[in-house]
Amino acid sequence: MSAIPAIAVEPEIQSARTSRHIISVIVRDPLSLISTIVIILFIFIAIFAYQVAPYPLEGAGKTNVSHSLLPPSLEHPFGCDKLGRDVLSRVIVGARPALIVPIGVVAFAVLIGAPLGAIAGFKGGWIDEFIMRITDLFLAFPSLLLAMAIDSALGRGIQNAAIALIVSWWPWYTRLVRGVTISLKERYFVEAAQAIGVRDSVIILRHILPNTISAILVQATVDLGTVILAMGGLAFLGLGTQPPSPDWGLMVSEGRTYILEQWWISTFPGVAIFVVVLAFNLIGDTLRDIFDPRQYR
Amino acid sequence: MHRVEFILRRLLSSIFVLIGVSIITFTVARVIPSNAAAMYIGPKARPEDIARVTVKLGLDKPLPVQYLVYMGELLHGDLGTSIGTKRPVLLELSSRLPATLELLFTGMAIAVIIGVPMGVISARWQGKPTDVFVRVIAIIGVSMPAFYLGLLLQILFFRRLDLLPLAGRFSNELRFTNPINMVTNFLLIDALIMRNWIALKDVAYHLVLPALTLAAYPAGLVARMTRATMLEVMEQDYIRTARAYGIRETVIVYFYALKNALSPTLTVIGLTFAFALTGTFFVEVIFNWPGLGLFTVHSLLNVDYPAIMGITLFGSVMYVLINLAVDLLQAWIDPRISLK
Repeated sequence: MSAIPAIAVEPEIQSARTSRHIISVIVRDPLSLISTIVIILFIFIAIFAYQVAPYPLEGAGKTNVSHSLLPPSLEHPFGCDKLGRDVLSRVIVGARPALIVPIGVVAFAVLIGAPLGAIAGFKGGWIDEFIMRITDLFLAFPSLLLAMAIDSALGRGIQNAAIALIVSWWPWYTRLVRGVTISLKERYFVEAAQAIGVRDSVIILRHILPNTISAILVQATVDLGTVILAMGGLAFLGLGTQPPSPDWGLMVSEGRTYILEQWWISTFPGVAIFVVVLAFNLIGDTLRDIFDPRQYR
Repeated sequence: MHRVEFILRRLLSSIFVLIGVSIITFTVARVIPSNAAAMYIGPKARPEDIARVTVKLGLDKPLPVQYLVYMGELLHGDLGTSIGTKRPVLLELSSRLPATLELLFTGMAIAVIIGVPMGVISARWQGKPTDVFVRVIAIIGVSMPAFYLGLLLQILFFRRLDLLPLAGRFSNELRFTNPINMVTNFLLIDALIMRNWIALKDVAYHLVLPALTLAAYPAGLVARMTRATMLEVMEQDYIRTARAYGIRETVIVYFYALKNALSPTLTVIGLTFAFALTGTFFVEVIFNWPGLGLFTVHSLLNVDYPAIMGITLFGSVMYVLINLAVDLLQAWIDPRISLK
């Protein structure tokens, strides 16, 4: 009984079902639901940063020295920094590099890593061996260290920080997708497609990759928290966004000198990172308990 | 597979990985920059200096030759000269290594001492409020940016409670009244050897906040992985048999299950250990800890290119060696590993 439906189900329908499954899992778990709402809210704020921020110009970097180090008040709920800029506005504008860029980093890492993993798993043999040994090499580096080296070779800045993180993150998806592909390869719908002479590239694109999406989504959710931390770390060290543009990690670093008296400068961007990462980790934890992408490794 | 064969294969694969690492660092250090020679001299490069370094690094030769020149330098322990300090990069790194290792070992010890019991307790009470509570704490641990947690701890323990020092490794006043002879450069050990108790206490106090900051992330990771492994082990037949015999659940969990969950947990500890290496960078910056991380960050901000590339290589080699050590240790503890 258990094996028969697996033959009948079309791969596309199946992947649609697992995506719906992910959503239903999230909706049923209150912590995950709240986390999802928080993340959507933050993404919304990041996209409409200049419409939402009370002082959009200060958010972008315009100084207002007469407001230097003002504590939180009604006009400036998060206070002002050394150069008199509204911290709330800077947290809002800083959400772009701190949150949207890591989402892009993970997306690119998936775009590079997943097809390679599917090819490695599907073709097997020396191609598999070759691709996997390359991922071993990249995984032999502490990712942050590799990112730092690439960042300084290319020059500091948010764009290069993002490139550096993509370079150190794609191998994880290659490994994941390769594992899923190997287990899919033995399924009847793939064997059937091969039997009627469908080209390998078509099988990978139409039948393999769509079925790896749920595993990728789960892993990406777990990874996003880590990438946001790494991105924040690079910004904190001065390797990401360059002043006067805001970025959460950079703002924590800028407020460090004043932390004992003017606690608000570092605290609000620090809390923002914590909340977003926590939200991603809570969702990831729930999803992983149910889907566990690691089972394929 | 025989255990000796496993160890040999593992050593061989590490050598291949190290060669690969050298190719990647070579690419980043010499191939990606449009003018590598100028990067190696720094902002005050004169044309004749650039010409000299170009010849020295072999940058006018084809890439394979350049790589051989690069490898030749590495094998002689030559990582170049720091632009900032004008001293050999290897010397700069090795003199700062003990401070970082002292922090790293203490942090990891804390992470293991906190993380493993957390994971075990969580698994013992799976699905109960205790489990939920411990898991939330663990998730908070892995969600907190180290560079922010450090600041929070400074506010709390230095500013508000006035219990612990703000930063540094040793109080300046004690440098004159109770100095420590540098023998191993691990201050805890050096103070202990001298039986210099006042200094020892001071060093330990300085270590608490940085080590705690460093430990948060690994502790959360270790707790989560220990829980997962414990749950997996507890589904096995021998545990069911033990239950059928009426052995108390506490004994089953803390004795029979834990014993078999330790080996996978060790892998995770090894991975986190290597991971915590980069965590020390942030901690050292915040607590002004005179180790590798502080040097790295200064080099990064001053674009001290030889230093940055030296650190990348040095850190990656350490990372590979730590992973190798963990695998070998595991093969020694758990005979099943070498059979795979």
